[in-house]
Amino acid sequence: MTAASLELAAEGGRTLHSAIDADSPLSIQGMTVSYGEKPAVFSVDAAFPRESMAAIIGPNGAGKSTLLKAVLGIIPTLSGKVSVFGEPVEKARRRIAYVPQRASVDWDFPTRVIDVVMMGLYRELGLLHFETRRHRDMACDCLERVGMANFAHRQIGQLSGGQQQRVFLARALAQDADLYLLDEPFAGVDATTEKAIIHVLKGLKEENRTVVCVHHDLATVTEYFDRVLLINVRKVADGPVDTTFTAENLQTTYGGRLATAQIDQLQLSLA
Amino acid sequence: MWPAFLDALLLQSGYNAALVAVGAALLGIAAGSGGTFLFLRKRALVSDAVAHATLPGVGLAFIVMVALGGDGRDLLGLLLGSAITAWIGLVLVEWMARRTRLAEDAAIGAVLSVFFGFGIVLLTVIQTMSAGRQAGLESFLLGATAGMLFQDAVVIAVGGALAVATVYLLRRPMTLVAFDPDYAAAYGFNVKRIDLVMMGLVMAVTVIGLKLVGLILVVAMLIIPPVTARFWTDRTDGVIWIAGILGGVSGYVGAALSASAPSIPTGPIIVLVCFGLFTFSILFAPGRGVLAAVIRHQRFQVRVHRRQGLLALAHGEPIFDPLTITVLRRSKLIRRDRVATEAGRAQAAKALRDEKRWEVARRVYHDEAISGRYDGLTPIETVLTPDEIAAIDREIGGPTTVGGAV
Repeated sequence: MTAASLELAAEGGRTLHSAIDADSPLSIQGMTVSYGEKPAVFSVDAAFPRESMAAIIGPNGAGKSTLLKAVLGIIPTLSGKVSVFGEPVEKARRRIAYVPQRASVDWDFPTRVIDVVMMGLYRELGLLHFETRRHRDMACDCLERVGMANFAHRQIGQLSGGQQQRVFLARALAQDADLYLLDEPFAGVDATTEKAIIHVLKGLKEENRTVVCVHHDLATVTEYFDRVLLINVRKVADGPVDTTFTAENLQTTYGGRLATAQIDQLQLSLA
Repeated sequence: MWPAFLDALLLQSGYNAALVAVGAALLGIAAGSGGTFLFLRKRALVSDAVAHATLPGVGLAFIVMVALGGDGRDLLGLLLGSAITAWIGLVLVEWMARRTRLAEDAAIGAVLSVFFGFGIVLLTVIQTMSAGRQAGLESFLLGATAGMLFQDAVVIAVGGALAVATVYLLRRPMTLVAFDPDYAAAYGFNVKRIDLVMMGLVMAVTVIGLKLVGLILVVAMLIIPPVTARFWTDRTDGVIWIAGILGGVSGYVGAALSASAPSIPTGPIIVLVCFGLFTFSILFAPGRGVLAAVIRHQRFQVRVHRRQGLLALAHGEPIFDPLTITVLRRSKLIRRDRVATEAGRAQAAKALRDEKRWEVARRVYHDEAISGRYDGLTPIETVLTPDEIAAIDREIGGPTTVGGAV
């Protein structure tokens, strides 16, 4: 929907929300989240198709992380509907893996790298099962995929920022989910880690899984992702990178905060 | 005192002392393991509010039981009453922290003082009542062991066993909620409910500990053992086990100590034993202890100075830093006139070579497992295999000698 058709629809007083796509890995309809009386996310619709790798883009305070947390039910919503593979989130939990922001936990917590990855297997372990050799092998496999196998028995406080992010990713991999939701996975990590993470994420996409990242680095969007959702409290645009990640949409999303020169540097194909 | 203490340790000081020692040990195990997640969730002080909120429950239960025609001293009845008001206090703290703009610490302060004040008023009123046997109710403040009955020990044993079983059963969800509540919620755990179960656990331990150590000191038994255990392990399961053991040992030894001499109060002694273990741990624990940190820092400083000195020698630069000179002198790497000895020249050449190898290694290996190990101090032989080093050496050429006359 273009901005113009939105306006027309609004004038007609008809609903703006597109029908939920029954098959979509993640479809959000009319979601509003508010801290106090100020909406952080307002009436956002979005749908992410299968086997896509999508970025949620927007300025600081635009509600990117809030949207993700609201989708997962971590924070309450005022309105809106979320469906994951055509089901409500509660019924689809085992198909979703979440990678929170690295800074959201205390890294002096008494636990080792392998124990954190094992958390991704808690559903399988339940309350009573003992951790067996098979579980440990699965966890080690996931560490291997993010290049951290040698760190399995380190205390997590001894890791660098990039290594911490990789451990979080390994924990999500252990869940063997179909939909991966990542909150700023590239924030404050070294270049090598960024490459390692994107390699893993592209691998997930090739295995027919869906990846959605909150992302802050405009320079890498076209290289890493095939879809974008641009938001600044409200949704600005949503679609394939080549048609949606345009100078015009970016200008709308960031307002005056993004200089024209910066947009030029992105060398976007103007739609 | 010594023989008396040994007797008490071996449960030979009479029936009551043995009962108290076993009860205190069981309480310590339950409190230590049950308090672990309170500490890991960084909500240790909530237990203080819960403990103080038990007092009005004790008073109200007494009044109700007297009104119903009893003597008001039934332990289970009193504990039930204390559990009810403790739960109300807990829910109030949660509600204030969640629903109002008050931070949790303010909510804790408010609930703690108001409930405690109300409890004291009730106890004062009870003293003036004509019915019931009110003597001894104030022992719930600091605990009293003199009149401990077998029935009391059974209450502690059963309650403690239930608490430990709950910790064991819910260790995974509680670990996840304490470490990463957002992930836990996304995973499908009901974070609020798990938090409530955790606090319910704390409440249960507080209530069964009332008789023995009293509401003011039971908080110490919940918090000090896990904090102490953290010095000795880097794993959550480790903290649970060690905290349980430390709590049990403190309870047992503390009870034995107080039994070995007349008029030593049990609860305070148990807490002091706990504190003794904590002090020992904070000073002498390997890794996280104060002493270990000082030694580690000094060793590190010496390594840095030694390395810097050797590199200065290798580059033929003068050394001025007094500590560097001392370090090099002590290992006989330089002479009194600061000229490198034979060994010094060899070591300097080795340091320089290591530095060059690292330079190449960091360029070639993008794997963080290797390049991340570079700190200017770690010898490359401990990170790379001989054939990898040989490949690097081909790039930087053969060995060179440095310094002085060759």
